[in-house]
Amino acid sequence: MFDSILEAVEAAERDGISLGELAIRREAEAGLRTREEVESNLHRALDVMRNAVERGLEGDLRSVSGLVGGDAAKLAASNGPLSGTPFVTALAAALAVQEVNAAMGVIVAAPTAGGAGVLPGTLLGLAKHRGSSDHELVMALATAGLVGAVVAVRASLSGAEGGCQAETGAAAGMAAAAGVELLGGTPRQAMHAVAVTMQGTLGLVCDPLGGLVEVPCVYRNATGAAMALAGIEMALAGVGFPIPVDEVIDTMGEIGREMDVRYRETAGGGLAATPTGRRLAKERLVQLKPRPRSRKS
Amino acid sequence: MVSLLDIIGPVMVGPSSSHTAGACRLGLIARALVGGTPERAKVELHGSFARTGTGHGTDRAIAGGLLGYHPDDERLRESLTAAEKAGLEITFENTKIRGESHPNTTRITVTRDGRTATMVGSSLGAGRILVTSIDGFPVDVSGAYTTLVVVAKDLPGIVAKVATILAEENVNLATLRVSRQRKGGEAIHVYELDSPPAGAATDRIAALSAVQTVRVVERVA
Repeated sequence: MFDSILEAVEAAERDGISLGELAIRREAEAGLRTREEVESNLHRALDVMRNAVERGLEGDLRSVSGLVGGDAAKLAASNGPLSGTPFVTALAAALAVQEVNAAMGVIVAAPTAGGAGVLPGTLLGLAKHRGSSDHELVMALATAGLVGAVVAVRASLSGAEGGCQAETGAAAGMAAAAGVELLGGTPRQAMHAVAVTMQGTLGLVCDPLGGLVEVPCVYRNATGAAMALAGIEMALAGVGFPIPVDEVIDTMGEIGREMDVRYRETAGGGLAATPTGRRLAKERLVQLKPRPRSRKS
Repeated sequence: MVSLLDIIGPVMVGPSSSHTAGACRLGLIARALVGGTPERAKVELHGSFARTGTGHGTDRAIAGGLLGYHPDDERLRESLTAAEKAGLEITFENTKIRGESHPNTTRITVTRDGRTATMVGSSLGAGRILVTSIDGFPVDVSGAYTTLVVVAKDLPGIVAKVATILAEENVNLATLRVSRQRKGGEAIHVYELDSPPAGAATDRIAALSAVQTVRVVERVA
């Protein structure tokens, strides 16, 4: 794919195409799959995302530990100050997907399972209010894929390597670019949205209770979508960010490499190590109970 | 190169691409080594697989892989019950695999029709896996290709014979690695292929006098 967002934006501007179109052309040129195959894979991903949002919004799912579930439906039905806006639709959808994930339902890892709610939440939240077509959504997923590929090469997409900034942070950056193009913004605006969004998630640690993808992961997918929506709104208004996007991504990588191992998915620090975090992990999360040495199933 | 579809994907049963999707793929490879659903499986879990495996469904994911389920198959959730029904007896053990540095690692020993195979593999993140040992031989199997695993006497010219048969059967080789336990003993050949070999190709390879076993591991990623 690309190893620089700026290079990709310049290539898209030269050809007068979107980042999504550029990503699909590049992928087809690599020769492993035809353009039709790439698009049909993205259509399937879109279907799975949509089903996960619907399933999660039903509100009856509980995670393996029983600690999370039902919050997406609660938010969708609320009558808060922002209810009825794309913002709340997106947050509820992001929660829904991550609740499905925690309950061992089917999701699209985008880029990972732990950050799987941010992108569908943001895009389907916007699409519901704008009436976007499936084709537009598939192109937006391609945009997100291009951004994720750059982050994979320049920094990391793994919480164990770079903290949550590399999972929900990267997902928010991907969703920001995808959202801008979905709403008709330019590749350059998409680039600014990534920079504004990802500067907001720098330093975010990965501190799941008991090491499980439940708390705070489910909530953090919703706040990740909120960060993406902030980036989208600002970029579409013409706001840029003084530090170039590729340097923001490099900064995320640098912070991840310096991050103490306690903050990289090991449950050794952060929320996982709070008194309540430890107590809940002990009481509710099966994996911290000593397992029998040998077990027949 | 990072593919668009590595980033927007895989489609999988949650909650963790490494502890669930990757674990399922490791189970699929163990299954392939005995050519179908085993009758018995011993699954040893190391590191983070042992510590957080149950909550991540790692046990269910590996059992599902042994039954032939893929990472996006919702039956993974109930695979332990399904295994019992299918006559697959699984034991799980937490262990420390000596010399193993990757946190998400498992050793799986499977038996089917009197054939036993052992493999060690790790889940690297984002659903990617690496099998590092088969029957005690060091290997590198990513599951991204159809893989042909051949155990043969360590004699000159065997690799050339196998490669010739593959070429004649129109199968292109992506990578090849040979390793052995000792000179003149047994060697393992791992061929990663661009397309699955036809039955005729594997029959011809199995018929070579130096060849002891031929196993085809389908692409899992």
